[in-house]
Amino acid sequence: MVAFTLPQNSKIQPGKVHALPQGSNIRAFKIYRWNPDDGKNPQVDTYHVNMDECGPMVLDALIKIKNEQDATLTFRRSCREGICGSCAMNIDGTNTLACLKSCEDVKGDVRIYPLPHMPVVKDLVPDMTRFYAQHRSVEPWLKTTTPTPQAEWKQSEKERALLDGLYECILCACCSTSCPSYWWNGDRYLGPAVLLQAYRWLIDSRDEATGERLDNLEDPFRLYRCHTIMNCAKACPKGLSPAKAIAEIKKLMVERRV
Amino acid sequence: MSMRSELSKVRGLGSAKSGTEHFWQQRVTAIANVPLVIFVVWFVIAHLGAKRADVVASIQHPLTAIVLILAMASILWHMRLGLQIVIEDYVHAPALKLACLLANIFFATGLFAVSAYAILKMSFGL
Repeated sequence: MVAFTLPQNSKIQPGKVHALPQGSNIRAFKIYRWNPDDGKNPQVDTYHVNMDECGPMVLDALIKIKNEQDATLTFRRSCREGICGSCAMNIDGTNTLACLKSCEDVKGDVRIYPLPHMPVVKDLVPDMTRFYAQHRSVEPWLKTTTPTPQAEWKQSEKERALLDGLYECILCACCSTSCPSYWWNGDRYLGPAVLLQAYRWLIDSRDEATGERLDNLEDPFRLYRCHTIMNCAKACPKGLSPAKAIAEIKKLMVERRV
Repeated sequence: MSMRSELSKVRGLGSAKSGTEHFWQQRVTAIANVPLVIFVVWFVIAHLGAKRADVVASIQHPLTAIVLILAMASILWHMRLGLQIVIEDYVHAPALKLACLLANIFFATGLFAVSAYAILKMSFGL
């Protein structure tokens, strides 16, 4: 839903400034904090990290802060190498993975917020329930009518190559939550990540439900809320282009009727 | 607070199974607008400061009148399609949204009727 200002209980207040550690290579991290249990508005806390004693990535700094300064700082992380998609957050104004974002690439203070326009569970942890339900709604699995073969479903090298640039998506939601159309109409628009996943199954040569999948997507809101803003392609930490996948879906829609 | 599951909310009322026609029409009118708008702009520039009688004389040529009517049809239809998207994007209150969508259709259709009438009137030398 479009709104010019944040709701009263979401307005961000100045927060706590944590003590400066020893050392000469100190950087400030300004981090969004919100606790559902204390009834307060969100605030931005400032932490200082000695970069000589810290790994290069923003996730390294977050883990160091949690370990050494403030154990209440809450964020998701797992693989720390850009394959699980857990640590997606808004760093220095761009959605990306904290584990792939180098602190050196950020000028000045490192500002860290949760993914935009998602309900916040706590601190940097967004509620992804609807995002996952949207993914579920495109039925992201092989659908066939032909009886399952004794061995594998066969696919030529050329057919397999069509999945390149699609299968790498880790569903971190950086793209969807960077999309203004998804911000305003996320309840009905599926968003770039889910549409890229939908295209991944539309273009899979082994799948036998292409028409049914297109029927499910052909909707002014589910698909056609994409206005080629291209934030998705810019945000994707894996270098994929959901915008291109969506354009391909629109081409399939036209192809089956002209 | 709704107790419906997220999947139920996401599936909602199901796919409208439309939208492609809108998408296609928007592209068709966009392509048509390229030569038509160039013609309209050229026509206006060519008649800057001209007397009404000269303009009417130009429009009396059948081809000029036909192209001008086509231009108004294509431009206004494209405008209607585009504004519909803007309304759907930003207006969420159901009653207001419906009112805006209706006003958009009536406005574009009305504007076309007025412009087509004006062009035809001049074309027939009235």
